[in-house]
Amino acid sequence: MTTPLLPEITARLKARAHPSTPTCPCPTTTLADRPDTTVVRHAHTVAKAHAPDTPHATLTPRLQTAAHLPDLFLPPLTRTPTTLHNRLVTFWPYGTPVDPDDPDAAPWEAAATLLARLHRTSPPTPVPPMRGPIKTAHAIARLTTATATASATPAASVTAAACPILRAWHTLPAWARAEAPMPDTTTLCHGDLHLGQLVRHPAPDGPWRLIDVDDLGTGVPAWDLARPAAWYACGLLPPDEWTRFLDTYRAEGGPAVPSAGDPWPALDIPARALTVQTAARAVTKAITEDRPLDEIEMSVIDACARMGSVPPQLPPDSAK
Amino acid sequence: MQCPKCHAPMHTYNRNGVQIEQCSGCRGIFLDYGELEALTRLESQWSQPAPPPPPAPQAYPAPPAPAWGAPHGGHGGGHYGGHHGGHHRHKSFGHMLFSS
Repeated sequence: MTTPLLPEITARLKARAHPSTPTCPCPTTTLADRPDTTVVRHAHTVAKAHAPDTPHATLTPRLQTAAHLPDLFLPPLTRTPTTLHNRLVTFWPYGTPVDPDDPDAAPWEAAATLLARLHRTSPPTPVPPMRGPIKTAHAIARLTTATATASATPAASVTAAACPILRAWHTLPAWARAEAPMPDTTTLCHGDLHLGQLVRHPAPDGPWRLIDVDDLGTGVPAWDLARPAAWYACGLLPPDEWTRFLDTYRAEGGPAVPSAGDPWPALDIPARALTVQTAARAVTKAITEDRPLDEIEMSVIDACARMGSVPPQLPPDSAK
Repeated sequence: MQCPKCHAPMHTYNRNGVQIEQCSGCRGIFLDYGELEALTRLESQWSQPAPPPPPAPQAYPAPPAPAWGAPHGGHGGGHYGGHHGGHHRHKSFGHMLFSS
């Protein structure tokens, strides 16, 4: 699928990067090439081919939202996607990502500040719902398929790990399983925050900006805090890094959690959902690669197992 | 005050915050209640220049966590990415930080 796509994207990218010398000798780097996403860089320009089933009608307002908010998002180079080999392609300036070999340098304060400001911003253009819950539902669907087709795998313990994940999934409220509208339909959210979603622009040391608009939309803002929250709850993220992130978010007036006191009534359901999603992806991957689960993956699955005995917390205003 | 033994006047000295009365005649020393313990404490700090640090993660109360979270502090508690004392994180957690 990507075979005809990649050269075509590269040609467009070169033409965009330096229109006068499209035969330039600069190297073209593939930053990501997965079944659902291809990202290619040439000089200071990046092209992203979005997932094959991405509708033009939902990607365009998301792209325009980013274009309207250059203090929060990496600004796209074009306001509408281009179609190449039935894939929607968008063009961006290159930004320097967080060094994956040095996650201790994670910009927790910058991430929290960007999220707090995003959550306080009215959508500049109507956008679809944030896609967090539907992505968790997809991860569960893939886990179910993987366990059903994994009869031949010798790693029975890996397949057995699916049980506590599915049990935890079924204790989540309908909105967190993408089976009902979210209780918040107005707050602008990123929808898929992790450390790979932050870049410095202009490279290499400009301010931090959010990237990846594919899941952006209106929804429950606590979802954007829920990955770090889940990592902390699972004993993976040290308390001081979680505290830096949460305290900065609160200091910047972020509305996802109360400004003081226990944040967990607001965080509980999204953090459970993202723990379930992380565990589901880990088990699916281990089954596919026919390998045992590692210690970190087990700690996320263990958290799912503990969820069964503790009913989900509800935020104070959940009656709406 | 006067020395209870030889009745010579006693002088007060301050040694690291501890008031010590010493007799100007027989050089005997008078300690108030608790001062012997205070001196013993000072001596042990002197022979152990670095006092044993409190367990780092418990230095401040941990922020709240949900009931389904990893048991903090106890045996089998948090991995914190498999790193203790700011060394390398577990590779698997490093990957998790960057993936959807």
